[in-house]
Amino acid sequence: MQIGRVIGTLVSTQKHRKLDGAKLLLVQPLALDDTARGVPLLAIDSVGAGVGEKVLLVIEGRAAGEALRRKAAPVDAAIIGIVDTVTLHEGTLPAEVKV
Amino acid sequence: MQIARVVGDVVATIKAAELEGHKLLVLQPVMPDRSAVGRMLVAVDSTGAGVGEHVFFVRGKEASFPFLPAAPPVDACVVGIVDHWDLG
Repeated sequence: MQIGRVIGTLVSTQKHRKLDGAKLLLVQPLALDDTARGVPLLAIDSVGAGVGEKVLLVIEGRAAGEALRRKAAPVDAAIIGIVDTVTLHEGTLPAEVKV
Repeated sequence: MQIARVVGDVVATIKAAELEGHKLLVLQPVMPDRSAVGRMLVAVDSTGAGVGEHVFFVRGKEASFPFLPAAPPVDACVVGIVDHWDLG
């Protein structure tokens, strides 16, 4: 799983029928220091997340389909949680990780 | 999934039997600010999208799911046409 921030919403009327009713959010994946990491992606929302919130993402098809509660849905990313806090314990981190 | 702009289509007379009757589109992935990002790719279409439209597509094994029970050998599929998106 990855941590990301919701940066926008997307509307699509004409989509595959297995996506009917799905809420689509644009998410920017984040590094541990909250800086943007990689390209924003589009994910199914299963928890009621909103723009600006930090969320927990799965970027894998089977898990994303389960978040939508539909078998064999053509999706590859889903929001499965809203992050309250992330705590890192400094003494346990690899030397190259800067927080 | 990722947003892309449809910039072309591909015609292939000789292809895997499971691909017959399916449209192949050339996609340019885009950032939320509409600028191009990454390499263009070819994706099979499941929505009736056309050149000039913004779409979203799925990569990997899930790209074949719209065609179940057929399992075409594809790694990218357009699964929705974008009406609009809003950045918060």
